[in-house]
Amino acid sequence: MTNPVMQATALQWHYQVSGGLFGKPRTLKAVGGVDFALYPGQTLAVVGESGCGKSTLARMVTMIEEPTAGTLTLDGKPIDPSQWASLRQSVQIVFQDPYGSLNPRHRIGAILEEPLKINSPDLSSAERTARAREMMGLVGLRPEHYDRYPHMFSGGQRQRIAIARALMLDPKVLVLDEPVSALDLSIQSAILNLLVDLQERLQLAYLFISHDLSVVRHVADEVIVMYLGRAVERGSRDAVFSAPFHPYAKALLSATPQADPEARKERIQLKGELPSPLAIPDGCPFAPRCWKVQDKCRSQRPILPDDAHSAACFFPENGGAPAAES
Amino acid sequence: MTLLRLRNLSVEFATASGRFRAVDGIDQDVDEGEILAIVGESGSGKPVSMLAVMGLLPWTATVTADEITFDGQDLLKMEAAARRRLIGKDLAMIFQEPMSSLNPCFTVGWQIREALRIHLGMGRRERQARAVELFEQVGIPDPVKRLSAFPHQLSGGMNQRVMIAMAIACKPKLLIADEPTTALDVTIQAQILDLLTALRDETGMGLVLITHDMGVVAETAERVSVQYAGQKIEEQPVGPLFRTPHHPYTGALLDALPERATDRHLPTIPGVVPGQFDRPAGCLFSPRCKFADATCKAQVPPALGPELGRARCFHPLNTDERVAS
Repeated sequence: MTNPVMQATALQWHYQVSGGLFGKPRTLKAVGGVDFALYPGQTLAVVGESGCGKSTLARMVTMIEEPTAGTLTLDGKPIDPSQWASLRQSVQIVFQDPYGSLNPRHRIGAILEEPLKINSPDLSSAERTARAREMMGLVGLRPEHYDRYPHMFSGGQRQRIAIARALMLDPKVLVLDEPVSALDLSIQSAILNLLVDLQERLQLAYLFISHDLSVVRHVADEVIVMYLGRAVERGSRDAVFSAPFHPYAKALLSATPQADPEARKERIQLKGELPSPLAIPDGCPFAPRCWKVQDKCRSQRPILPDDAHSAACFFPENGGAPAAES
Repeated sequence: MTLLRLRNLSVEFATASGRFRAVDGIDQDVDEGEILAIVGESGSGKPVSMLAVMGLLPWTATVTADEITFDGQDLLKMEAAARRRLIGKDLAMIFQEPMSSLNPCFTVGWQIREALRIHLGMGRRERQARAVELFEQVGIPDPVKRLSAFPHQLSGGMNQRVMIAMAIACKPKLLIADEPTTALDVTIQAQILDLLTALRDETGMGLVLITHDMGVVAETAERVSVQYAGQKIEEQPVGPLFRTPHHPYTGALLDALPERATDRHLPTIPGVVPGQFDRPAGCLFSPRCKFADATCKAQVPPALGPELGRARCFHPLNTDERVAS
């Protein structure tokens, strides 16, 4: 197997929030120890509900936030905040909302050339224009779009522009934060096809963040399921989707609507709400909502084993190996 | 029995750049106790026809119809005051974003009791008791405490339940849910959809579900109406629609679902939904349709018979003729 482009070990992001006028400051644990590796030409999908730390993870990977603990390596070299400026070129991001992520006052050409102006100041303007036009062809935009403004484009076209901008600096890793959630079904399929083609051609490593499991099932090679800032299950796409080990992963899969009226299935109803990340339960974070919960789950925290397909659960479903205690 | 009956409903908006037809001659029936889904992409005018029924469109909109009857009453001829008494009582709606639909200045309890006071004229104690009962019905834990919470103190899923509680407070005959779960997580979505179905089973109300999520449609709806660029282009019970769609647009939409993919590349629909200035002359889908010919581009296709899902198409899919060839 090839070497990973990016490797994260025990990545953690905690921050202090003030407890009000007389309260003590409290620690908000947005991401608490996540490991993963990204390989060229492969897609790692991170799934989970809102508040599970998916987007914080993306911010750490793209070097917007510095992890409070844990290490991140790029091509085997550890990333230090002093080198962020040069390393950020290798990791680019595409955001969810193509309406909010493009500057409405810039023409498409200027939007695409801006990353080059900042990161390769020695390029001449003719070279920059040539690169931008070449990239537009690659993502399926027509040459005449170069002089247009973002408001003249539909959501799908704008997402193409956002992808083109992310690719201008020849990144090795592309973080896709819900790239198709804001798009209609017929447009979504075109963008997913584009992402698949670009990955094959440029051997990009994708970190695909999404809550839509049917999309994840289509694009992912590996899947991480997150709950309250922790990875609760990790495995290949087929393993996770066909036989999830963690009860939360199983509930999430059963709750996802399937576009097939004949496949009536039992939904697992989860009790209660997601606990606040300010007060994560001591034991297994999923224990208060789990239907298989036992005393051990409330007191001990299960650790995600280091196997190909594993779950952080003492009593996994579908014959998974039980997790070790912390 | 038919609860809501729309015939040739059109809605036009006066915009700075001319008139824009958002809904174009829609016929729609909703029966008592049924779940009808209206699906389509953004720009297809899904919620506009229902907002017209509710009378919630802005003054720039012109609503024309041959018939809008609800529960035997003609809404077109009804006076504004009488209509106001009906809306919110027998005819209720849930909106997409609970956070922006609730008033941030009042507690959720005050907002739900307001509906009970105005429509049912209940006394103070009675209102409180009914509000607690409604919160229990929609699965809000600790209802008495939550009634005095403000919307910002509750999560999105909780606020959506408050919206549902408010909508069903006066036991409506018809509930219109406009993308009720789009802003919510899947586990909460499953809870809300089960809740709506259970309410329908209990009270026998009609439920109109406006959505773009084919998964939600397949799991919840009984009958599906597909809209495209303001027109209803197909209507079938949910099973046959997913098995044998008749309009090429429905077929293409279903093929674009990632779960139906057979290889890494998904089938796509070229182009976009026509807007104000690029409305084609003939069939509205003809510029994007792979079966379109000269007739499609020149003439407006009439709706076919019920055996072909009332598809507005000259070349419907999955007919006996097509299957044989």
